[in-house]
Amino acid sequence: MATEAISVRVPVHSAGHDLRAVKVVLHRELLRFVNDRTRMLSMLLQPVLWLFVMGTGLGSLVRGTIPGIDYRTFMYPGMISMTVIMTGMFSAGSIVWDREFGFLREMLVAPVSRGAIVVGKCLGGALVATGQGVVILAMAGLVGVPYSPALIVTLLAEMFLAAFTITAFGVMLAARMRNMQTFFGLMQMAIMPMMFLSGAMFPLANLPSWLHLLTVINPMTYAVDPMRQAVFSHLDVPAQVNAVLNPGVRWFDFQVPVGLELGVVALLGAVLLGVGIAQFRRAE
Amino acid sequence: MTEVAVAVHGLKKDYGKVEAVKGVDFEVAPGEVFGFLGPNGAGKTTTISMLCTLVNPTGGSATVAGYDVVRERDEVRRNIGLVFQDPTLDGYLSAEQNLRFHAELYGVPKSIVGDRIKQVMEMVALWDRKDAKVMTFSGGMKRRLEIARGLLHSPRVLFLDEPTVGLDPQTRSAIWGYINQLRHLEDITIFMTTHYMDEAEYCDRIAIIDHGEIVVIDSPEALKASIGKDRVQIQTGDDDAAIKALREKFDLDAAVREGAVTFAVASGEEFVPRLFAELGMPIKSVSVSRPSLDDVFMNYTGSTIRDAEEGAEAGGRAWMRAMARR
Repeated sequence: MATEAISVRVPVHSAGHDLRAVKVVLHRELLRFVNDRTRMLSMLLQPVLWLFVMGTGLGSLVRGTIPGIDYRTFMYPGMISMTVIMTGMFSAGSIVWDREFGFLREMLVAPVSRGAIVVGKCLGGALVATGQGVVILAMAGLVGVPYSPALIVTLLAEMFLAAFTITAFGVMLAARMRNMQTFFGLMQMAIMPMMFLSGAMFPLANLPSWLHLLTVINPMTYAVDPMRQAVFSHLDVPAQVNAVLNPGVRWFDFQVPVGLELGVVALLGAVLLGVGIAQFRRAE
Repeated sequence: MTEVAVAVHGLKKDYGKVEAVKGVDFEVAPGEVFGFLGPNGAGKTTTISMLCTLVNPTGGSATVAGYDVVRERDEVRRNIGLVFQDPTLDGYLSAEQNLRFHAELYGVPKSIVGDRIKQVMEMVALWDRKDAKVMTFSGGMKRRLEIARGLLHSPRVLFLDEPTVGLDPQTRSAIWGYINQLRHLEDITIFMTTHYMDEAEYCDRIAIIDHGEIVVIDSPEALKASIGKDRVQIQTGDDDAAIKALREKFDLDAAVREGAVTFAVASGEEFVPRLFAELGMPIKSVSVSRPSLDDVFMNYTGSTIRDAEEGAEAGGRAWMRAMARR
């Protein structure tokens, strides 16, 4: 046993210190995820069920109307986003868990800015969600999507962006919440309609106008559509089918380009992150 | 090092109408082990929370390690270690991972993190369990790990809020062993709260706090000497008659404490034969004890700490309600 204490000079506050805090909060998120196999499996099960069970069932129903394409191929980008969103929300929810079990306090009493902790949490959640998405990505061949490097890189980047925004949303919700049940209740309530109205499960073309309006104001639409456009640009689909399955998003007569869609998601992510940080600053 | 480790002037906190801390003053010297002693709900945790920058005071001021707890919050946080009543560990991470997390959050220089973690874990005899998940630890091991973590960034002041509450006597004494050892190894001031009388004896100085006010501050020896009397407790068939007889025959103030007629008298052992001879009623049992901090507490507050806690229940509930409304 050492008898001389190792003296530690803790440096004054600096950007480097905040960066270390971001990194360690992120690192913990990854460790927690890797250590929890059950969670990894349960997060995968739902999209796989949708894709291969629902997708196959619905696919046999609509085969005649969409010649030359498997319905599961259509659902594929939607299921990627579903995986990413569920995983991101779950990561955010662990804040409530941390509060219940006291660990949040360890983070909040540290001499680092609340911003660093929230940013670390969101980046960690986004990274974990992207990792989970990679598993779905690996199944591309099973639903007739080619393994093109350009497509994979594009999807990865879009997944990360979507995951960051949804984790920021979750963190904002979790900031004031005291118990897990409330959080998961609210999470279900928020996610279900967002999923249904995002084009993840059925195409957004030719919808009644009230439903179309809802899909346009649903932020998740702007996360799902870029992924679908990326997938479809690597497929050989008849123009007429493409128009049905991959109509893109229209604001009145304006066809929203992918860049703008991603911009909407990024901006929303930044705003939610800001609100989340502000809530943690206030919640003393 | 600054001349005082902790300086507190007129520190106050009220939650609505409930005054949890009613303006306390004290100073703690560097290297001292300073104990805050009082029943639950006396304002110990509120005071410690203000010193640790977790709760903003509603009046007065305090500095810790030379920094103001309101205006220089981050500097205070960098210079203190905290061990709370409730565990704040991540059970899913290993013991070492928990400490690494802390080292990063507190900006401990990378080159010494590994050595320092080993050192603090050896101090609390947990190094051989470093890779075990914290959720597999017993309550005592968790508390030891928290103490190690609180020390990791070499704080100038270590705050321990009820460090041994809920632990078995063996673990309690082990934890006191670590704290004593710590004083020799590290250049550190220890500020702790407790409601165990026997533990308060480990402190250099004690502040007795009751109903949000400091009643007295002194060393355990001085406090006990100030009483100068032994405590005698007797069991009789009729307590009221015994109290009356004690007043009439010996001019002693007695009261029922913890189920026995209790009074303080100089040279207790020599008094017992007189008691039996002159009280004029049967005595079932008698016990004489040297003044303990319990007696000090009783002397200054008029009740034993256990009785005070029962009485504080009602007030405590009002305080909880005030907290819940925040």
